[in-house]
Amino acid sequence: MIVVEEPGFMTTVQDAGRPGHYRRGIPPSGAMDMESYTLANALVDNRPGSAVLEFTFMGPRLTFSAPATVAITGGEIPILLNGNPVEPWRSHHVQPGEVLSFGFLQTGVRGYIAVAGGFDVTEFLGSRSTHVNSGFGGFDGRKLHAGDILHLLPPEHASFHAVRKLSAEHVPHRAKDVTLRYVPGLFDYRLTEEGRRDFEEREWAVTPNADRTGIRLSCKNSSALEFVHREQPFGAGSDPSNVVDAGYPIGAIQIPSGTEPIVLARDAVTAGGYCTVGTVITADLDVLGQAPTHGRVRFHAVSLEEAMSARHERRDRIARACESLSS
Amino acid sequence: MSEFSSTSTLFETRYSAGAEEFVLVEFDEEMSLETNLLVQRVVTDVESSGIDGVLDVCPANVSYLVRYDPDVISYTVLVNDLKKAEARSRAKGFASFDTRIVDIPVLFNDPWTHEVLMKFRDRVQDPDSTDLEYLSRVNGFADTEGFIESLTSTPSLASMTGFVPGIVWSYQMVPKKRQLQGPKYLRPRTETPDRAFALGGAFPAIYPTPSVGGYPIFGRAAAPVYDPDQRLPDFRDRTELVQLGTICNYRPIARDEYDEIGRAVSNGTYRYLIKHIRFEPAELIADPDEYNRNLIEVLYK
Repeated sequence: MIVVEEPGFMTTVQDAGRPGHYRRGIPPSGAMDMESYTLANALVDNRPGSAVLEFTFMGPRLTFSAPATVAITGGEIPILLNGNPVEPWRSHHVQPGEVLSFGFLQTGVRGYIAVAGGFDVTEFLGSRSTHVNSGFGGFDGRKLHAGDILHLLPPEHASFHAVRKLSAEHVPHRAKDVTLRYVPGLFDYRLTEEGRRDFEEREWAVTPNADRTGIRLSCKNSSALEFVHREQPFGAGSDPSNVVDAGYPIGAIQIPSGTEPIVLARDAVTAGGYCTVGTVITADLDVLGQAPTHGRVRFHAVSLEEAMSARHERRDRIARACESLSS
Repeated sequence: MSEFSSTSTLFETRYSAGAEEFVLVEFDEEMSLETNLLVQRVVTDVESSGIDGVLDVCPANVSYLVRYDPDVISYTVLVNDLKKAEARSRAKGFASFDTRIVDIPVLFNDPWTHEVLMKFRDRVQDPDSTDLEYLSRVNGFADTEGFIESLTSTPSLASMTGFVPGIVWSYQMVPKKRQLQGPKYLRPRTETPDRAFALGGAFPAIYPTPSVGGYPIFGRAAAPVYDPDQRLPDFRDRTELVQLGTICNYRPIARDEYDEIGRAVSNGTYRYLIKHIRFEPAELIADPDEYNRNLIEVLYK
């Protein structure tokens, strides 16, 4: 049992996500930085897909009432066990009565706390991920509050006592300024050639309007990107950035009024009426999930083939990191 | 070509990749009943063909989105299968289908929606009007009553799902020139009350839960349209009141009835008025006034 003494700013239970219900308007949710999440579980020898805590900006303060094995990954943040600094990206034994707490976040946005066995909350549609906007999944469908009591599932493997440490070469790099690879398409025909060039050439910055739903970006040059002139089609709405409502892929880039792009994240609405001009590749959604407020963002167009290569590189990289822990 | 059909000629279906996990299929740029019915047929076809690697098939108004596992099926193979489904569905023409018609009571110009929309006047075309005043004016009505009367005098067909769970998203079942239009917010609201009634583009909608939103809002449904805990009798078999193809009849009500329904919802006894029907799109297109009159009669008889 774990008692939440202080919840942090936004701490939720997350796992690998809830696929298969997009049609009903239920996004996949799950960890915003899936690579760091996966490695956190591997460090405590959890079954892939186990539930962890994801915190944003500020870590929680947790008291353990039973022996446990924990690992913290994600953005750089001082980790304290009973007030003593301990290392990230490795597992630690925690004794009953010990307190896990955090200093101030140095890089990134989100951290992951995995505990051997995984957090025991009721599954909803096959997942333990919290979707706060809909109020379901995770711990009571909400972020953690002070006084909440968390339970763990029994660890699956007897070897959970072994301390595991990820070597530096396997720790994912999360920069403040990022270049996101995206596949142009969807409604990108709505932008003129100049509009598309502008979109790629501009340096964008992460605004404070960034959460698990989406990351809104802005640019010093606040003029609207140029849309192809047309008489707006019936049912679309009057703004040039409006289209007849359509589905939004995860990672889709929408640009309301052509001014502030929003990259839709894992808790996003699944459809809407703003034109989308492309989709950030899956491999780079992890990077975006750690892009801090005011961090600079550039977009770089890639082909579907390049997106597939990046997907497989990431998959192989994560597999190698996990293997390095099991030997 | 009927009064319902698309005026855009020779639109070639666009198949587009949403990075490695999504395909967007766009049949037209403009809304029409015909194209929406095509979407409904294609989506049914794709779902029933059980293509390996397809995770989700999400219908929209004139397009649909497929989520798939690219390590199971490649984009090229998948698009080829989707094109076959399109060809089969086009060949079928207008098929009738079994559905439900539902009476949905709405309190227009309610205080809760009003309070929220007033916070976002800096995001709309005319900050000095409410959404209801603005929509009435741009649709050519002298007053808001005339606009509401026109919007609620004929039923609407649920034309897509998605956005958030349980949303009611529909299309007015009248010829194109009689459709009312709702210009969307210039920048989306960060807040919408639950059960808010909206019209965005040509689409009457009800936001089931508090959320962001870009549609003008001007009323509130008296009862939930989404019941994840399945507390109310009408939600025993499903959590959403409305599915793709459900026919929605929005009925303006006064505050007294709104409060009375609210009490019935609180004690768990509220029942929607629902009838099972066979929907004949071809008959609707041939004579919309007559067909809609019959639908309303079936619902309230």
